[in-house]
Amino acid sequence: MSTNLEKIRSSQLLSDSVQSRYEAVIGLEVHVQLNTKTKLFCSCSATFGEDPNHNTCAVCLGMPGALPVLNSQVVDYGIAMALAIKAQVASQSIFARKQYFYPDLPKGYQITQYDLPYCVNGEITLSCGQTVRVTRIHFEEDAGKSVHSEGGSFVDLNRAGTPLLEMVSEPDLRTPEEAADYLKKVHAIVKFLGISDGNMEEGSFRCDANVSIRKRGESTLGTRAEIKNVNSFRNVERAIAYEIHRQADLIDSGEQVVQQTLKFDASSGKTSPIRSKEETADYRYFPDPDLGILEIALDRIDRIRTELPELPEDVARRFMEEFDLTSDDAMVLIQEREIALFFEETLKSAKGITPKKVANFLITEYLREARERQWSLDKPFVSSENLGSLLSYVGTGTISGKIAKQVFSEMAESGKSPTQIIEGKGLVQISDDDEITASVNQVLEKNPAQVEGYLAGKEKLLGFFVGQVMKLSGGKYNPGVVNKILKERLNAQRK
Amino acid sequence: MKFDPLSTSIGEIAFKVSSASLTVQQVVESYVERVKAFEPKINAFVDWDESELANQLKPQIARLEEKLDQGQDLPLAGVPIAIKDNICTEGIQTTAGSAVLKGFKPVYNATVVDRLSSAGALVFGKTNLDEFAMGSSSEHSAFGAVKNPWNVDYVPGGSSGGSAAAVAAALVPGSLGSDTGGSVRQPASFCGVVGFKPSYGCLSRYGLIAYGSSLDQVGPLARSAYDCALMMSAMAGHDPMDSTSLTNVSIDMSDFQNLGGKDLRGVKVGIIKEFDRGGLQKEVDESFAVFQDRLRSLGAEMVEVSLPSIEYAIPTYYILATAEASSNLARYDGVRYGHREVGDDQTLEAMYQESRTFGFGQETQKRIMLGTYVLSAGYYDAYYHKAQHARQKLKNEFSKVFEAVDLIASPTAPTSAFKIGHKINDSVAMYLGDIFTIAQNLVGCPAISLPLGQCEQGLPIGMQLSGRPLMDDALLKGAAIYEHKFRKDPIFPTIE
Repeated sequence: MSTNLEKIRSSQLLSDSVQSRYEAVIGLEVHVQLNTKTKLFCSCSATFGEDPNHNTCAVCLGMPGALPVLNSQVVDYGIAMALAIKAQVASQSIFARKQYFYPDLPKGYQITQYDLPYCVNGEITLSCGQTVRVTRIHFEEDAGKSVHSEGGSFVDLNRAGTPLLEMVSEPDLRTPEEAADYLKKVHAIVKFLGISDGNMEEGSFRCDANVSIRKRGESTLGTRAEIKNVNSFRNVERAIAYEIHRQADLIDSGEQVVQQTLKFDASSGKTSPIRSKEETADYRYFPDPDLGILEIALDRIDRIRTELPELPEDVARRFMEEFDLTSDDAMVLIQEREIALFFEETLKSAKGITPKKVANFLITEYLREARERQWSLDKPFVSSENLGSLLSYVGTGTISGKIAKQVFSEMAESGKSPTQIIEGKGLVQISDDDEITASVNQVLEKNPAQVEGYLAGKEKLLGFFVGQVMKLSGGKYNPGVVNKILKERLNAQRK
Repeated sequence: MKFDPLSTSIGEIAFKVSSASLTVQQVVESYVERVKAFEPKINAFVDWDESELANQLKPQIARLEEKLDQGQDLPLAGVPIAIKDNICTEGIQTTAGSAVLKGFKPVYNATVVDRLSSAGALVFGKTNLDEFAMGSSSEHSAFGAVKNPWNVDYVPGGSSGGSAAAVAAALVPGSLGSDTGGSVRQPASFCGVVGFKPSYGCLSRYGLIAYGSSLDQVGPLARSAYDCALMMSAMAGHDPMDSTSLTNVSIDMSDFQNLGGKDLRGVKVGIIKEFDRGGLQKEVDESFAVFQDRLRSLGAEMVEVSLPSIEYAIPTYYILATAEASSNLARYDGVRYGHREVGDDQTLEAMYQESRTFGFGQETQKRIMLGTYVLSAGYYDAYYHKAQHARQKLKNEFSKVFEAVDLIASPTAPTSAFKIGHKINDSVAMYLGDIFTIAQNLVGCPAISLPLGQCEQGLPIGMQLSGRPLMDDALLKGAAIYEHKFRKDPIFPTIE
């Protein structure tokens, strides 16, 4: 069994019984809310948080006679995204109307792109090296929001007409983990391009997953189900894993998978149907006569290409080569563009310490602190200069790594500089041999039984002695020196 | 100084008001008197009310007088213009002739309205029409049928029937209509006035309530091509609010000076071979012969041209226009504005169904259903897609013809006005009446209807000249040269 699994793209989230017999086929549709100042077809602000229906005008309210005018910033963002995934930008593309009735859809149709999208044939490379083909990206406007309460249903059209990119992959993904990895890659790209705030909780970065399974060795596709609006990396994995097991159970019990649209409930971890395909509307797409053909000239594409920032994949590769980081650490640092930038800024002022150690500190301490404090990564809560200077103290041996963590916590809490804290609290590391030797002697005298044990071969007890000695100094002794002297004294007793 | 609405053109009103030999009040009062006298017989306006109009005019006149005091050059100073009620006017009810929009007051002005106002014109009431501009008789209005001022038993044509009737009865010197398949030109023809449909993209559609977006154009109606040109020069030009608005079309009024010294020598006028003259009403055929003689006498060369696909123009139009309409009218759902029916079972579905069933008239419902059908899965290729091909073919044929000729001449409509109620239950007969006007919308070229002669019952007949796309100025100038020679004094009906 295990040899079998080595050949296939295996998952930690799927039972061996399921993945040895079935192969999952997964495609993702990612919706990226662009962070342009204004909406896709009018000059209303596209920001969130205003009172309901505050950011609206005749155009996005669908008033009689109002007409859409394309926001060219959106097109520039779209082109940047296309270039980032090595896709083709169509010289001509068409906006179409997708027609259905819903109270939060003011015009009775959504302006989107249908058979002629502006971008086709891109690709994303997963961490495992697998390439996932991106079928297309197109522009579309978002709908508004319906709010249902006991007092009735209300419509807020602030979001109506805000710009979205919809990016559709080929069904090239095989495991829940691959799907989450793909989503992370796309997320990192939009963050590096700076075209979206990428906030998954607020829905500005969300995805639909198409999932089907087939017997291993078969090439025809099974019936697929679509899981709508999954809003975190973890939930993408959970939802897809659940869905694969659900479909496998159906087939195992002789039933059939029904083509349907599902939603994922994060608290129960289960998918459930929203509607089945029989009820699917006929959207009656046709070219929007108000907009004409979207022409994208080559020189516009070239201009945007020259303005492209370094992309996450390139940054990761550079981090690994230049700074000797592991692939895992590099991946964490490129999750957010702000972190990657912050890392490089910190390196500039961190002296005498390897970039690898800086990366470790950033990942374990800085990111943990950021998460706990729920601080936005856009605005560092500790400046890169201060963090660099803190790590320089570690580099020169002025403080220990352990003290550095304490100092860092306090820096985050008080906003003070590391120098202020270290000097103010007398945290400077003590490397003085005589002082440390005195403390070592004191500990050894107080613990004759442990000394005996150590001499009898229980060498693990060294850690115990180090701990005791460090305790006497309040953590300020240089642990390297403590280790050295302890070993010397103990070895002396052995003789 | 006495002001006589019957003998004063738009140009003259603007000149006299600008030079202070006539006050804005005098102009307004004279026209209000006429509307009071004749509107009850014609129903050219939607919900016309004297005090309501006075309220709307008051701030407009104040602004205008301020600009006049500053000595601004206002080519339409003090000219009352009636606006078709499918063109948005800020704070002034705009219904599109539909119950679904009864009481609706737009929050903004259509660009064309703003531009007329900037040129000194006054918005002088909203004219009645076929609901959402769908129709050729102005009978399909939630505000009652419009009557032809020449004989109130007859239709004024449509859908801009109110705009045409208002000019014909001299209730205003000029008006705005909209033309999707002939809706400015055919009522102009039926009412004996001049109606101009600009090239697609020449006038902004921002604020024109959409029917068939790829075909719709606002157009002026007035007593002369010269007056139409004057209105056009105020309105033409790119509008950043309309993505289909073009940048390179303008009308320069200096081209319209000294028309008496000009003729049509060197101008080639095409006569379409495929049109069957046997289908024309006798008097229309006679007028068309006179029209050609007159053009020849001005030095124009008449050339037979062929447009083989023109026989498909009507079905092509009714597929594309209804498809777009079915989509454009989806927004009238009772949610944000307009008429709302709650529905028996209080469901969302019922609200939609009943609001729309109540709000839309029969013709509108018919076209929504037709358009929905041709866009439906499984029918799209056979209808919508094919119609797009036919449209492209027609465009190519017109392009070729316009390489050989400068203008195309035809009657505007195969008949003069018909009796009210006569065709209302025969959609196909009604649709076929658009045979001469529809292709220009599909192709996007400009066209003008000029009055020429009357039928036995004394109803007017119109002749049409079509021009090369984007050569609106040349077409208007040709028409102005023609009318300078042949139509010195507009005639007015005795309204009974």
